[in-house]
Amino acid sequence: MKMDISWRFLRVWQRNLAVYRKNWLINFLLPFFSPLFYLVAFGISFSVFIVNIRYDANQVSYISFIAPAIIAINIMNNSFFENTYGSFVRMYYQKTFDAMMSTPLNAEEIITGEIIWGATKSLISSVIMLLVISFFGVVSYPAALLIIPVAFLGGIAFGAVGMCFTSMVKIIDLFSFPVFLFITPMFLFSGTFFPLTGLPVWAQQVALFLPLTHLVNVLRALNYGLFNADVLIGICYLVVFSLITIPIALFKMKRRLIK
Amino acid sequence: MDNDQTLIKATNLKKSFGDFVAVREISFTVEKGVCFGFLGPNGAGKTSTIKMIYGASPVTAGDLFVFGLDIKTQARAIKSRIGVCQQENTLDPDLNVLQNFEIFASYFNIDKKTAQDRTMELLHFFALEQRRNSKVAELSGGMVRRLIIARALINQPELLILDEPTIGLDPQSRHQVWDKLEALKEQGLTILLTTHYMDEAASLCDELVIMDNGTILAQGSPQALISKYTGHHIIEVTEPGPELIKYIQGKDVWQENLGHRLIIYAAEEHDLYRDLCSRFANKDCLLRSASLEDVFLILTGRELRE
Repeated sequence: MKMDISWRFLRVWQRNLAVYRKNWLINFLLPFFSPLFYLVAFGISFSVFIVNIRYDANQVSYISFIAPAIIAINIMNNSFFENTYGSFVRMYYQKTFDAMMSTPLNAEEIITGEIIWGATKSLISSVIMLLVISFFGVVSYPAALLIIPVAFLGGIAFGAVGMCFTSMVKIIDLFSFPVFLFITPMFLFSGTFFPLTGLPVWAQQVALFLPLTHLVNVLRALNYGLFNADVLIGICYLVVFSLITIPIALFKMKRRLIK
Repeated sequence: MDNDQTLIKATNLKKSFGDFVAVREISFTVEKGVCFGFLGPNGAGKTSTIKMIYGASPVTAGDLFVFGLDIKTQARAIKSRIGVCQQENTLDPDLNVLQNFEIFASYFNIDKKTAQDRTMELLHFFALEQRRNSKVAELSGGMVRRLIIARALINQPELLILDEPTIGLDPQSRHQVWDKLEALKEQGLTILLTTHYMDEAASLCDELVIMDNGTILAQGSPQALISKYTGHHIIEVTEPGPELIKYIQGKDVWQENLGHRLIIYAAEEHDLYRDLCSRFANKDCLLRSASLEDVFLILTGRELRE
């Protein structure tokens, strides 16, 4: 299938940005308050009960351990939900894509614009969250600034895989499957709220195949000001993951949109 | 007849979805400045045909040229010169009316100032200026339809394609839409529409094709089709008595007995109406002008379509 993607995908991105700006207040408040709640609940109250958290053989505070994971989870949720529920509603209920396709835009440009928009949402909310978390004194600058471009990469990865699901679901309720079988397990078991070493060995090995594990690894390392193997492996993983899921998303969505 | 005036040329155009053939090798041309209609029952292949014309559906076989460009290789160039008004409501509910136009204009790479000027002109033309800041959800069905047509004109297209433009609208809104389409036609816009409303086809179209089961059954102007298929006048007798039926059957006239109704075509060719009225004093005997609906029913039959 021939793909012809021009700069026009930016127009799709611009449309989504225009809608985002209309609802700027809620779009700002969510990434502002949600890390606050998590950090207060888990980082302060819960952490009283946590005795021994280690990173790279050093004892670390629980709040510094989970802060980057909260950002990683947010990156995943933002782009995944935007490119599943968000894109599906635009495609199926609002017929927005049909209107776009009657103009010089084509299907692959629409999909590209949507995925890049999902990553942009992840990026914007990550910047806000990083600022909030900084006030708890658990962020190590300037290395942590690299979290911002990684947020975009993570957004692309989760957006693209989300778009793959959008190409497949017949009705919107079916998104529950990837949410409960893919997103929720990662939320719990990707070294987010406890180190992977707390899992049985087989589960630790499975976790290494999951994208959130690697995103958390990269963000956590950067947050501690480290450039270790985790960072390199994690970024490579996310790049490869994206290089696989993006073409699949483009191919399958184009087939769904053009009959 | 390929000349400067031919806007669309389809040759043996075919569209199939797997085993199902929606459009069976049809050929037609649309000249510039004309209002061209595709009339037919549900499932006739009208929407499949125009979707190929505006590039939303790939051609299975055959040739389709719009503005002399091949739809298979130059869809983008074609799409920049047409305006499409789909059957569904494709307005963006997340944006207000003005923003809908601005964003849509950006898809054609029209600069913001030009877009704003054209938007106000279009809203004025369709009498919707006071609605420029309204949310889409607040608009009535008639307003939505007029807005979708208006939006389709933002790029000043040479060809406007409308898929069932007045479906689901009340009579006032329908007439408003027709008025605007007539005005656009007078400005030289070529219009292509699909419909199963006979009155719409008769009043708007200069030329039309009647489609059924993916093929073209008839083509011509509304008057030409009426002339050829039903004659200009029709006598309709409701609940004809057996004597009347026998009398008519004895005459060499073009007729159709539908049980509760008896239809006699091309009544202008004889004096049967006066004859029937005086002979049978039947008050349910009606002489009326033939319409496209009669042509349609003759060509496509009276059975229900699933």
